[in-house]
Amino acid sequence: MTEAFEPVIIGFTCNWCSYRAADLAGTARVKYAPNVRLIRLMCSGRLDPTFVLKALASGADGVMITGCHPGECHYLEQNYKAMRRYHLLKRMLAQMGVEPGRVKLVWASAAEGVRLAGEITKLVEEVRALGPLNWPTAGVAAALPAKPAALEVPA
Amino acid sequence: MTEKIGVYVCHCGTNIAGMVDVEGVAKWAAERLAHRGVVIARDYKFMCSSLGQELIEKDIQELGLTRVVVAACSPHLHEQTFRTACARAGLNPYLCELVSIREQVSWVHTDKAAATAKAKAVLSGGVERVTHHAPLEPLRVPIHPATLVVGGGIAGIQAALEIADSGTRVYLVEREPSIGGHMAQFDKTFPTLDCSACILTPKMVSVGNHPNITLMTYAEVTKVDGFVGNFEVTVTQKPRYVKVDLCTGCGVCEEKCPKKVVDDIFEVGLGKRKVIYRPFAQAVPKYPVLDRENCTYFIKGTCKACEKFCPTDAIDFEQKEEIITLKVGNIILATGFDLFNAHRIPQYGLGRLPNVFTSLEFERLCNAAGPTNGNVVMRDGTTVPKSVGIIHCVGSRDENYHAYCSSICCMQSLKFAHLVRERTGAEVYNFYIDMRAPGKGYEEFYHRLLEEGVHFVRGKVAEVSAFARLPGEEGHLIVQVEDTLIGKQRRIPLDMVVLSAGLEPRHDAKQVAKVFGISCSADGWYIEKHPKLDPVATMTEGIYIAGAVQGPKDIPASVAQGAAAAARVMGRIQQKEIALEPVRASIDETRCSGCRICNALCPFNAILYHADTAVSEVNPALCQGCGTCVAACPAGAISGTGFSDEQVLSQMEGLLLRNLQPVEV
Ligand SMILES: Cc1cc2nc3c(=O)[nH]c(=O)nc-3n(C[C@H](O)[C@H](O)[C@H](O)COP(=O)(O)OP(=O)(O)OC[C@H]3O[C@@H](n4cnc5c(N)ncnc54)[C@H](O)[C@@H]3O)c2cc1C
Ligand code: SF4
Ligand code: SF4
Ligand code: FES
Repeated sequence: MTEAFEPVIIGFTCNWCSYRAADLAGTARVKYAPNVRLIRLMCSGRLDPTFVLKALASGADGVMITGCHPGECHYLEQNYKAMRRYHLLKRMLAQMGVEPGRVKLVWASAAEGVRLAGEITKLVEEVRALGPLNWPTAGVAAALPAKPAALEVPA
Repeated sequence: MTEKIGVYVCHCGTNIAGMVDVEGVAKWAAERLAHRGVVIARDYKFMCSSLGQELIEKDIQELGLTRVVVAACSPHLHEQTFRTACARAGLNPYLCELVSIREQVSWVHTDKAAATAKAKAVLSGGVERVTHHAPLEPLRVPIHPATLVVGGGIAGIQAALEIADSGTRVYLVEREPSIGGHMAQFDKTFPTLDCSACILTPKMVSVGNHPNITLMTYAEVTKVDGFVGNFEVTVTQKPRYVKVDLCTGCGVCEEKCPKKVVDDIFEVGLGKRKVIYRPFAQAVPKYPVLDRENCTYFIKGTCKACEKFCPTDAIDFEQKEEIITLKVGNIILATGFDLFNAHRIPQYGLGRLPNVFTSLEFERLCNAAGPTNGNVVMRDGTTVPKSVGIIHCVGSRDENYHAYCSSICCMQSLKFAHLVRERTGAEVYNFYIDMRAPGKGYEEFYHRLLEEGVHFVRGKVAEVSAFARLPGEEGHLIVQVEDTLIGKQRRIPLDMVVLSAGLEPRHDAKQVAKVFGISCSADGWYIEKHPKLDPVATMTEGIYIAGAVQGPKDIPASVAQGAAAAARVMGRIQQKEIALEPVRASIDETRCSGCRICNALCPFNAILYHADTAVSEVNPALCQGCGTCVAACPAGAISGTGFSDEQVLSQMEGLLLRNLQPVEV
């Protein structure tokens, strides 16, 4: 049975801007693709690049990283650090044979629900065009730091 | 798996249940997440109701739940509600996780099956994450009882007085030489037409005399350190060149100063002031300031007339900028608005056609203490206009400038129409797009103006020009407008045109927001914590906003916000301490290699390095929990309470449904 490919995107949002933008999109009933699942961090600066690699290695087809606009980070300038990590990460992904287009950094203020919704839908379409990732999970995952122990326990 | 997890899926009436199969989600969790520790999964109409909360409390007590996951609305709305419910039943509140299936699922998706599948994934993420939560205690920090109010317009004045009257110290910092803000420039205020100075001056005087208010004018806040309860604020006091402890405010210096310059600020270029001056007669404080740039002594080295005549030797040419540090617990920002610069719309002729005025210029013309003693005259200073046009919505409700409505301009234009009729008897034309008069007594005021014989033309003015084409146009300004009520283009010759320019954020609103660590909307207005339920708080604890800085508003609304912000601050002060989220980083010294990578990353300098033991340590009093150091530490030595690697990664595994065996959705 072949089903139409529905990409799964993990989105990292910061507590102060983009998570609130997502809230606002909801309150305003702005529609976007259901393929994204969000994780709330306090700040984009918390984003450890291995989170992104783990997401891709664990079945996500794309990852969206979001934060406050430059100059508007709640913790002054941690989003610049996120940006630096993002650019390094993109290069690393290319070297690993993963299309860098699967990972995207988006700035969204708490007022930009519509913008965030638009960016999500856009990324979903871009990743859909790239197709499923099917990363050789075993090899890569082994190279990454150990998974949380509790998750190793099957039913 | 030792945890006993309770799962609660909310219908939120039909808000969630209309798009997500909530019963299905609960059933699914009970079956497919049982091996992850879920012992009970319920759905309920309104989880946040007292009955919904009791459901959780009962399960905690009867089933001995050790973790709770609620799938409902945004944590920014009800996280506290459910945490409190857990605490009531004896479960540590931080062992409860609220996942959003309303804002992030039912309200934003249109396909029921896809929305339900996503709700399951989101819930599963919450279940995995909460397993890694640890019981925490909130951080209690004391609240310093002093408050900083920035901006001495009517909003800031109101806030300062309310707090000072309650008995605690207020520092009011104002950039201009006097408090009063825009309201001090007006003659009358709509819709009651009471005299602006008559209602404002007593409040300004109270501020000046209040034993609990330290007024700092001609000063600006340049730095803010610390956090709610314990801010350390740096204020830069510009030199007045007047010793305020000696000055009696007699005004002799101002009288004797031989040099006059155009006053671009208070008189918006229409009037002049001396080089040593008070912006207006009722200024508070009463001390003048010396404008160094224009002072003959500072330019040429001679003059000092003010010094010679000052009876108390209060003039001090050696005065220097002063840096003052204040300790405060809370901050209210009330820095107001700027007027839209109507030069940006060249076809309206401001600056090119002398008899085109801005609204603020017109306010000064009307003001009895203004440059024309309250006579409404044309630019030559003597001719009384026989016909006046007032253009609404200049720069507002216009995609090219500001898409928003400035909310006060219709009423202010009606006020102008009344004042022109009253003072000159001239014919008045108001050009409006829609008449917006939603406040108390506003619609009535509009009807009064209709009866006063003002001509109302519904249409957006295309152009104001001086090119006469038709008989009767010679020597006049011609307003070209489509009158949409009769469906015709009209050319209306007038003597004078007033542009009711909109309100816009202060030119430096973004920089000021940065100093205080708050955010602006796309337009530049400061963002409130919640647009309906929390209009004066910001997302930064301890920082409040009031008045036009939050968005265009009239005086009554600015006063209400000033008082509201004051009430919030007073509540905080009364409580003496505040409980903060215990989201903090900490370093495991046995794993720290002493590389010091984290030290420079911390925006709050919370990480110190112990050279003797060669390890770094986080000072929890300074750490704000952004997590940047956690992400950066190459040794994995830093963990973030409430946002640990385990929590994030396990939530991710849950979201990707890696916890199900076997996977089929
Ligand atoms: C032409 C016109 C006519 C109007 N007529 C009426 C009317 O008749 N009735 C009515 O209800 N409303 C009227 N309004 C609206 C009214 O002006 C506002 O509602 C009111 O002024 C808002 O008060 P505020 O204190 O928020 O801001 P403001 O009056 O703008 O005061 C802000 C204060 O903060 C100071 N400040 C700014 N930045 C800083 C900084 N960085 N540091 C320190 N201090 C700073 C400013 O110098 C100022 O003193 C009118 C507006 C206009 C433009
Ligand atoms: S980054 Fe990690 S290892 Fe390096 S000093 Fe900081 S805590 Fe220690
Ligand atoms: S979490 Fe952020 S604020 Fe806290 S010590 Fe680390 S870098 Fe500094
Ligand atoms: S708080 Fe949003 S990016 Fe730092």
